[in-house]
Amino acid sequence: MTAFLPKPLRDMFVMPRMERLFPIFSAVAEHSLLVEFGDQIDRAINAKVLHLDQVLAEAPFHGFVEAVPAYASLLIRFDPVISDHTLAEVALRGLLDHTASLGHPQGQRDVAVCYDFDLAPDLPAVAATTGLSPEAVIGAHLAGQYSVFMYGFAPGYAYLAGVHEAIRLPRKPAAVRGVTAGSVLIAGLQCLVSTITMPTGWWAIGRSPTKILTGNPVRPFLFDVGDSVQFRRISRAEYDEQVNK
Amino acid sequence: MSDAILSVNFAGPHVSVQDAGRKGFMRFGVPWSGPMDRRSFAAANIALGNPADAAAIEVSLGGLMLECLSGTASFAVVGGGFIVDHAGQKRGSWTIATLKPGQKLAIRPGPWGSWCYLALAGTLQTDRWLGSAATHTMSGLGGGKLTSGMKLAVTNAVQREDREGDIPCPVNARPRHEVRVTMGPQQRFFGGNALAAFATGPWHMTDAWDRMGVRLIGPLIAPNATLDMPSEPIVRGSVQVAGDGVASILFSDHQTTGGYPKIATVLDCDIDALVQLRPRDILAFRPVSPQDAIAIARATIEMDHRHRFAISQSRGSLDWRLRTKNLVGGVINAKDAFLS
Repeated sequence: MTAFLPKPLRDMFVMPRMERLFPIFSAVAEHSLLVEFGDQIDRAINAKVLHLDQVLAEAPFHGFVEAVPAYASLLIRFDPVISDHTLAEVALRGLLDHTASLGHPQGQRDVAVCYDFDLAPDLPAVAATTGLSPEAVIGAHLAGQYSVFMYGFAPGYAYLAGVHEAIRLPRKPAAVRGVTAGSVLIAGLQCLVSTITMPTGWWAIGRSPTKILTGNPVRPFLFDVGDSVQFRRISRAEYDEQVNK
Repeated sequence: MSDAILSVNFAGPHVSVQDAGRKGFMRFGVPWSGPMDRRSFAAANIALGNPADAAAIEVSLGGLMLECLSGTASFAVVGGGFIVDHAGQKRGSWTIATLKPGQKLAIRPGPWGSWCYLALAGTLQTDRWLGSAATHTMSGLGGGKLTSGMKLAVTNAVQREDREGDIPCPVNARPRHEVRVTMGPQQRFFGGNALAAFATGPWHMTDAWDRMGVRLIGPLIAPNATLDMPSEPIVRGSVQVAGDGVASILFSDHQTTGGYPKIATVLDCDIDALVQLRPRDILAFRPVSPQDAIAIARATIEMDHRHRFAISQSRGSLDWRLRTKNLVGGVINAKDAFLS
């Protein structure tokens, strides 16, 4: 309705988006602080999140419980009997310019993927939408420079950003039910390998036999946040062999 | 000590094995899971003489029916106001008794509450994931859901006669209709009207609930800014508002991140009593400062400790209890009784 108002009046109603100065510390209930370093998916912003996560792990404050890295923010949980929001914020601000003694942990992970059509239900649609051939879509997917920005949603859902521009598509208008665990999914610049069969609006362009939930108690998850990820194409025979292993 | 084998004759939906939860893996997309009402869960174990975090069975409004095939085990049913039908006798939850071979135990919804906990004296044999028996329902990882026909094994099952009887239900285990929240952390997506409507309500619980969360009915508080935020961490208690203005509260099996703004966060110490509300119950949010939130949490934790200590004490054997009662009453023998 504000579109019908004369411009000076409209300006009074439509507040300009407030400039936000990062990092921003926000209290979350009685047990956490959210530290935001930006408000978009960006490698430099994510690097700041991972830096604080790392230095905090090396020098946790009294009462620290757990830290959860996301794209542009880090949630820090503490025990309200031992600490509070002010104490936690002081401790965290003191860590912001610390140098991580171990440097940034950067693993290299390899994820096998088979692009056969019956394992890649959305490959034809992605090809049609982008105007590429299915082979070119596969080539673009393999050419992406991926790293793990965060885990989220459900166990083992590692959000890899770095999808090649040529195949960045918005999510489908509606979620599709029963998308099989192990699906290689893309949406925008994000890619992930699902670990649970569930509905999703992301595009399933392949299937991976690589286990993100490894079943290994020493290393239960394949990736650490910050790891680089390389997709490697495998044949149907290799896929079947690895799945049945 | 021996083993007890129980058969599950009926298990309603959302009945699962839980322990104190699986902490430390949020960064891998794994919420803590664990009991919806942690206060009642811990009370069940402690009153029975088990470790406070031992694996137990979370019973929903769907109810549970068991039969003891062999072995003898004392059990506690704690949480809500459920009906406990055991060996032909009906009692309320917040009780401890002993299950013997051939006996049946049925737990059904009663006058109030949505969740209760069945703890067994001994060690419930269960699958574990990442060191915990807590069931993450979306994936089925952990101890898992109970289904009709399955068998449960309790190793080192014992009768704890000294603990049989009723357990006091503390006031903070009753359903809580007004929960304290801190605002945000994404309240910037909401205009002044939406923020006021959030605090004014009225809000109601709905039957769109599970261990992940509950959808609410209340004022539409649609975000007024474009939803362009990248996914941010979620906690148990996050009040998330979808693009259409419908609010939900997230619970034990919440997703660990999400792209919808969180208008407020329910204090963790108010959630256990909140989940005991039932569909259509009224609910209000009362914003508090972070400082007040800390003070409220510390007071609540202290109250919980006092209750836990009180119920952790063995009552002694039946014989000992009778004699204690006599002493307390001042009735030691017939002669003294005349004097009193």
